[in-house]
Amino acid sequence: MTELNEKDIKEIKEFSKKIRKNVLEMIFNAKSGHPGGNLSAVEILSTLYLKCMKHYPECEKNPDYNNRDRLILSKGHASAALYAVMANCGYFPVGELMTFRKLGTRLQGHPSAKHLCGIEVSTGSLGQGLSIACGVALGLKLDKINSKVFVYMGDGELQEGSIWEGIMNAAHHKLDNLIAIVDKNNLQIDGCVDDIKCLSPLDEKFKAFGWEAYTIDGHNPQEIYSAIEKAKNSTKPVVVIANTVKGKGVSFMENQASWHGKAPNKEEFEKAIKELS
Amino acid sequence: MLTDKRERKSIRSEYGKTLVELGRKNKNIVVLDADLSCSTQTAMFAKEFPERFFNMGISEQDMMTTAVGLSTVGKIPFVSTFSMFAAGRAWDQIRNSICYPKFNVKIVATHGGITVGEDGASHQALEDLAIMRAIPNMMVVVPADCAETAEVIKFAEQYNGPMYIRIARTNVPDVFDRETYKFNPNKALIVNNGNDVTLVTNGETLAEAIDCVELLKQNGISAELIHMPVVKPIDSKTILDSAAKTKKVVTIENHSIIGALGSAICEVLSENCPNPVLRIGTNDEFGQSGEQRELMDFYGLTGEKLAQKVMKFLGKN
Repeated sequence: MTELNEKDIKEIKEFSKKIRKNVLEMIFNAKSGHPGGNLSAVEILSTLYLKCMKHYPECEKNPDYNNRDRLILSKGHASAALYAVMANCGYFPVGELMTFRKLGTRLQGHPSAKHLCGIEVSTGSLGQGLSIACGVALGLKLDKINSKVFVYMGDGELQEGSIWEGIMNAAHHKLDNLIAIVDKNNLQIDGCVDDIKCLSPLDEKFKAFGWEAYTIDGHNPQEIYSAIEKAKNSTKPVVVIANTVKGKGVSFMENQASWHGKAPNKEEFEKAIKELS
Repeated sequence: MLTDKRERKSIRSEYGKTLVELGRKNKNIVVLDADLSCSTQTAMFAKEFPERFFNMGISEQDMMTTAVGLSTVGKIPFVSTFSMFAAGRAWDQIRNSICYPKFNVKIVATHGGITVGEDGASHQALEDLAIMRAIPNMMVVVPADCAETAEVIKFAEQYNGPMYIRIARTNVPDVFDRETYKFNPNKALIVNNGNDVTLVTNGETLAEAIDCVELLKQNGISAELIHMPVVKPIDSKTILDSAAKTKKVVTIENHSIIGALGSAICEVLSENCPNPVLRIGTNDEFGQSGEQRELMDFYGLTGEKLAQKVMKFLGKN
């Protein structure tokens, strides 16, 4: 089954709308965060958690927990979207989202494995998630556990040299249980990725390094689902290059690098929520 | 606990052998190296357990974070390369991906300190212990000889959490008796009791400090010698008890005087029992090429040079 039916698509779209609202509420409430790169990640994270990943919101209480698929959020600044997806999947109460970035919270500004079950590793310093995912994939293979490892990266993050070490690592070890997703929203803090340090042609680069590469619309649930399901059967590590829009869903945030890392004021927040309703 | 034999042996070989021994008993042990397995001696493990050995190539950052991933599925990764590249190149990975979530990764860094020798300053890690010590959750250990290295590696297998274990390139004299030595992570070791001055050291300078104690004795000075393999978390009590008695403390290490053992001792003393301290190590400078013994002498770390410095510190020259 590599196709979603209409009902599934509707479910993902409705869920994504809820996640977007949560993300904005969280960032507005925290008075800080990263709206742009969270809003570009919503459909992908939603589709993964609703349709693609084998995961258990009750964590260790589930006897099958060791067999879960793993998600490593290498672009840790998309934490708000991940927390919102997890809460709405039942990992913790949705109300707790309002503790995001507050003193004493489990929902640290960037994901912390020690704070919250379901967060596999701690991320935030860019460029580290892919190699971590390679290690997880290697470990699962040693234990003959047939689970997938998903690693979610930003495109700007691919400027980190350590990512390319990881790309070589995955191909060298033939990690067919590893699926990387690049949230390619084309923007980083200081401007356009290709103006600052060009990544293009990204798919060709991955292929040259021994990976399979699929390019999709990262806001289209059907395309996301089909690519991920296809990737699950690949004999090579796969990268899904997801073309996304930074700030997706909020007109004045879309494609604006300036919305990478600042919270909306009250007026902006209300306007954004209205657009999403 | 001490041995009289003082035979010079390779700590790195001891590490390699111990890994193989542990690997036979514990299937969860995995080993990673960055193209230096013949130098770090993890090649011994690679030969016996090829499926549990990962040569990551010349990419230390990738190696550290791959180890993180392996640890999340219950493996016990031992990660090795030279100290310079382990601590230096991959510091962010160690801080954020290993220590912050407190994952069970053991970094065994070889070729620490000035005694790397002829390769010179680019390869002489004189800051690694300082930058490892600064990271929360990191345990930092500098064993002195083969017997202790074997014990520390066995402890590392049992201990759940990140460790940085620094071992020397050189062959070092046996100090401890293999049959009776037990590593206690919570307790520094009083190697010699004395009253006039306290010497604190670890790693390959322990053998030199033992020589220094003997030379001081010939000059009528009774030195207490403390071996402190665990730089963090530090055993404050042993230091404070000794300093309260001798009132003068000298720290000796194959590392910059900034940030490692000398600094840790000063922190303990200044807050609890302020006393004059002399820190011996390399100063705020880079190393240089040279033969190992020449460098030890040039940087004042031989028993003889240490004794001269201690005498001067005590106003006895």
